Amino acid sequence: MSARDRILAKLKAAPQLPKPEPDVAAWYASHRPVETTAEKVARFRKCIEFAHADVHPVTSATWLAKLREVLTERQIDKLLVAEGTPHGDAALDELPPQGIECSTYDMPIEAWKTEMFRATPASLTAARAAIAETGTLILWPDALEPRLMSLVPPVHIVLLDSAKLYNTFYEATQTEGWKDGLPTNALLISGPSKTADIQVTLAYGAHGPKELIVLLMGDEQ
Amino acid sequence: MNAQPIHFKPSEGFRERAKAVVDNPFLRQSFRGAMDFLMTKRAGQFPDPEELESLRTLGEQIRQYNLGKLPELLVRLEENLTRNGIQVHWAETPEEANAIILGICQKVGAKLMVKGKSMVSEEIELNHAAEAAGIGALESDMGEYIVQLAGEKPSHIIMPAIHKTKEEIATLFHEKVPGVDYTDNVDALIQIGRKVLREKFLEADIGLSGVNFAIAETGTLCLVENEGNGRMCTTTPPIHVAITGIEKIVEQLAHVPPLLSLLTRSATGQNISTYFNMISSPRKPGEKDGPEEVHLVLLDNGRSQAYADEQLRKTLQCIRCGACMNHCPVYTRIGGHAYGTTYPGPIGKIISPHMLGLEATSTMATASSLCGACGEVCPVKIPIPELLMRLREESFSAPHENPGMRGQGAGYNGLVSFIWRAWATVYRSPALYRLATWAGSRLSWLLPSSQGPWTTVRTPLKPAPKRLRDMLKERA
Repeated sequence: MSARDRILAKLKAAPQLPKPEPDVAAWYASHRPVETTAEKVARFRKCIEFAHADVHPVTSATWLAKLREVLTERQIDKLLVAEGTPHGDAALDELPPQGIECSTYDMPIEAWKTEMFRATPASLTAARAAIAETGTLILWPDALEPRLMSLVPPVHIVLLDSAKLYNTFYEATQTEGWKDGLPTNALLISGPSKTADIQVTLAYGAHGPKELIVLLMGDEQ
Repeated sequence: MNAQPIHFKPSEGFRERAKAVVDNPFLRQSFRGAMDFLMTKRAGQFPDPEELESLRTLGEQIRQYNLGKLPELLVRLEENLTRNGIQVHWAETPEEANAIILGICQKVGAKLMVKGKSMVSEEIELNHAAEAAGIGALESDMGEYIVQLAGEKPSHIIMPAIHKTKEEIATLFHEKVPGVDYTDNVDALIQIGRKVLREKFLEADIGLSGVNFAIAETGTLCLVENEGNGRMCTTTPPIHVAITGIEKIVEQLAHVPPLLSLLTRSATGQNISTYFNMISSPRKPGEKDGPEEVHLVLLDNGRSQAYADEQLRKTLQCIRCGACMNHCPVYTRIGGHAYGTTYPGPIGKIISPHMLGLEATSTMATASSLCGACGEVCPVKIPIPELLMRLREESFSAPHENPGMRGQGAGYNGLVSFIWRAWATVYRSPALYRLATWAGSRLSWLLPSSQGPWTTVRTPLKPAPKRLRDMLKERA
């Protein structure tokens, strides 16, 4: 008998104690408000700023200028972008003439791991959506915008459309039907990397980005 | 340099280890300060008692529902993970789990494994097994990195280095990390750790992680963390190996949001952790990063024993937030190392006997004042005080046939049992009781001044010279 069979046999020999199915939907319906976009934007900002992210309201007309400003302020002249995405291509068109070099993630990581770790000061990705309750960005990395883009560069800049704000994580998974098709890696990001492992003193930039900058796109601002 | 493996006799020397911490004002201060901080942070996350109570009830229902279907869900999880391309392994014992993980390492000739925080990997003493096999196992969670560098063990399941001051860590880094000057600036210390470990993420052949929730319906492994090292370990090396206890499974994705909320708010008082990392497959064709192979090791190690009993099964509801230790007056005073087990504090006292047997853990359940704080804060309503009482019963009752627990009756003492039986007889008979109290009040001078553990911190017990009965008689 394999370990698998032995473990399952022991569990199956235990008393059967079926329990009623929990009603998660009812709990959220009675305990979490459904807010307007403006309210969600305010809540999202409050939470993610509390977690030390910078949020800049932008519009489709101003985000590239803000992106440049954010980089210039930090004296960063190189940005990793996702070629083939609308925002990546826009950055590739606009930024190099203004003195900011744009590199692309155009080959498997094995071919340029060292460069990614040692010579990539900042990256730009989009967020798929976000969660107001906790100030959380949702990213579904893919072939165009791979996983390490939001992890290795010390400064991570995220473009978020405020129309894509959900009240809760639960609402996001239900509305988007996540259970029917999750990607290789789905990520919730709620601030820059941090730790309180030394004497419960909070320090930012533990292993991931030291700074998280959100360009919050909305037309009402 | 790893700590010496625990030889799993936690009951031996427990009093001495506890006393050593109680006598150390610096350790007392570290634990007191940290636990006060964590309790305040948690309380701040739950301002509405109704919300807290209803969410705890939901959490309990979710965990009990899923445990009720555990065998079926494990099979479904395996099917869906396999369909997604994740390889599933089963281990009954720590030895089997180590053999599986080292087998994966040896197949590719791995030299370095970087580890995200995983208490199950501590439970199986993976670092020692890896070292013995010539494979480097490097902890990358800042707290775990610090305790590994110091040759110690985690003293808390969420904050492994909570027992160390920043000055101690500064000295440690200065002595153990080449080219590092002494600094006790916390930001600078973290940056030193970041720099060292980033090089290791680049180099590592294998990334190891734990699992916070495994979702059966989608075949997904979920990890909760703040630092990003968990993401590094599960994304950068060519192979990712995850290890989890068989109980950390949920049937549906919909069960995850409430548990995640309970976990982070109860553990560190955060409304959510910085990262929530959901992994459903290895790198797919066309994708440019992520491991080519993902493995999951499902570990039993005594969990099926707890599962076999309706009351003890509740132990497996645990989501490992650590709130029970943060609120425990015993843990706060003696710290995590005194317990001598991988899992300290209240949760350690109720889970360790299943992993190690009661022979080695019979005194653990007695290290409690039964104040009830642990049960009150538990986000999934594990009745920890009741389980402590049950484990005392299992340890100290006379050994019987067909015991449900390994080591049942290990703490049984014939003399103590005789004394209790005699006491019960005396208390049931008015005549014997009168005789006994008469003798007690007249012969109290016979009692020794040293009365075992009682007199180590208290004055000796002496019956009063007159019984209540005698005094009432005088007044009449």
